[in-house]
Amino acid sequence: MTEFIVRRLLQALLVLAVMTVLVFFGVNVVGNPVYIFASSECDQPCINAIVKDLGLDRPIWEQYWVFIGNMLQGDLGNSFTHGVPAMSLIWERLPATLELAFCALVIALVVGLPLGTLAGLRPHHWTSRVIMAFSMIAFSVPVFWIGLIMIIVFSVSLGWMPAVGRGDTVEVFGAELSFLTLDGLHHLAMPATTLSLIMMAMVIRLTRAGMREVLFSDYIKFARANGIRERRVLGVHVMRNILIPIVTVLGMEFGGVIAFAVVVESIFSWPGVGKMLIDAIAVLDRPLIVAYLIFVVIMFVTLNLLVDVLYSLLDPRVRLGGNSG
Amino acid sequence: MSVVHAPPRAGSVGDVWQRFLRSPAAVAALVTFTAFCLAAIFAPWIAPQNPYDLAQVDIMDSLLPPGSESWTGMPYYLGTDGQGRDMLSAILYGIRISLVVGLSSGVIALAVGTLVGLVAAYRGGWVDTVLMRIVDLQLSFPTILVALILLVILGRGVDKIIFALVVVQWAYFARTVRGVALVEGAREYVDAARGLRLGHMRILLGHILPNCLPTMLVVATMQMAAAISLEATLSFLGLGLPPTRPSLGLLIANGFDYLQSGRYWISVLPGLVLLAIIVSANVLGDRLRDTLNPHL
Repeated sequence: MTEFIVRRLLQALLVLAVMTVLVFFGVNVVGNPVYIFASSECDQPCINAIVKDLGLDRPIWEQYWVFIGNMLQGDLGNSFTHGVPAMSLIWERLPATLELAFCALVIALVVGLPLGTLAGLRPHHWTSRVIMAFSMIAFSVPVFWIGLIMIIVFSVSLGWMPAVGRGDTVEVFGAELSFLTLDGLHHLAMPATTLSLIMMAMVIRLTRAGMREVLFSDYIKFARANGIRERRVLGVHVMRNILIPIVTVLGMEFGGVIAFAVVVESIFSWPGVGKMLIDAIAVLDRPLIVAYLIFVVIMFVTLNLLVDVLYSLLDPRVRLGGNSG
Repeated sequence: MSVVHAPPRAGSVGDVWQRFLRSPAAVAALVTFTAFCLAAIFAPWIAPQNPYDLAQVDIMDSLLPPGSESWTGMPYYLGTDGQGRDMLSAILYGIRISLVVGLSSGVIALAVGTLVGLVAAYRGGWVDTVLMRIVDLQLSFPTILVALILLVILGRGVDKIIFALVVVQWAYFARTVRGVALVEGAREYVDAARGLRLGHMRILLGHILPNCLPTMLVVATMQMAAAISLEATLSFLGLGLPPTRPSLGLLIANGFDYLQSGRYWISVLPGLVLLAIIVSANVLGDRLRDTLNPHL
């Protein structure tokens, strides 16, 4: 067990190292950040001064070590445009993104599980076909397009929903949360639904596939033979067994949801980290861009590691056999 | 050399075609997709104007709704955008760019992935382990995140977005091809070819590869749809293509600013076209999988 975790941990560290190298060298070797600072009247001595100030006159390896050293202390540099540490900006914006992602997760489960169950129970009924067609469309249609249509229908035509921004927030443990206020929920509904669609499609498919498999297993037959009510068979015995793969997949997909939040946040002007990234790219705020990318990579690698370790704790087969290939 | 051919599993091309035609949805998808391809190829000849030739665009005609006419009497069937461009022409040129990006990234990713998959399956051992570790790693990151990182680093451009799409897609092909090639490599016709002392390259490319083609075709169709969708998303965010090469995603982004004022057509019409392309490609892929029945 310990060996598996250590091996998995080393692998995660290796991935992190590779990604920091990629992001750092990518952003710092391609292009020249000096010209963002230098005004048009800046002559050669002035440029040299900027280069020295940024530490660009030192060898690239040394720059990388300084960067890594600072990173380990939680310092990813100062944002050019905001003039404050990039990490503090990320921490400030993160609750909005996490809130969006969690709400999307909840919507995906609340809508996806019943639909998937229905499709699994009666696979040839027309409702099942409609549900499966819906899940295929939700999978293949670009997220930004769905958000756009929602804005046209619910904001511009019907005027029911606000198209941009986050509503009133309440401070809970230092984080501003909007789903506790009515106005906040009102603003949250469209972006969260948009973000949830891919996950919802996935939940529907996984639930349906799980139902098809579990419904014909012996322990379900026994449960029924015992005279347990159908509702309890489905709600407890079947559900418990199909939830394991669903939770795993959703856990692994959560990083993807954070990445897709970039799209949803820029459509709905949701003030999260994704919107911050797009704004930072527009004004070439390099430290902020690097900070965001490194942050997301760290989060993603940690998430994958957690899911793997948790899964190996729950299912011994993973750590005993399945990890070699 | 006729003895070393695999037993046909999917049936002849004619058989597959007959079965393919049995689904009305698939036929509709095929017709739609072909129509868009033709529109893309012949865009310069069928478009009413060249939307990027400033001499042909009149700023006075900006933001006209569908069905309007220019003052010279030229009809704008789908309206005009903020610069007075004819939307029909802009969409035709947009399809061209979107399809070119989707197809070329798909073909390159297919080539790279197939090569890696075949080598991994055929060589086995540590080569296989190392290559598949890289594939696993690549697939564990969401495609949009990897593409985002690459485009932030590389900047905008047709070549850059194609590169980014290839990077996020080759792993799918590699994994699929490896899976099929492993199955095929264990078949008797490969043993027979080895018995004839044919070279490695010849066995790989002449015997195993042709039998992987049905599966590759299915994955390629699906991945191309995903590539077009991803390119549109990235261009919408302002990360993909430069404003001089407006794909459908960029057209939608341009129209986004006018959405709040009720000028829906600038965004919605290119969006509908994008939707039709992606959905028809997916339906085609689904149907191909059902008819070719490869091991997916």
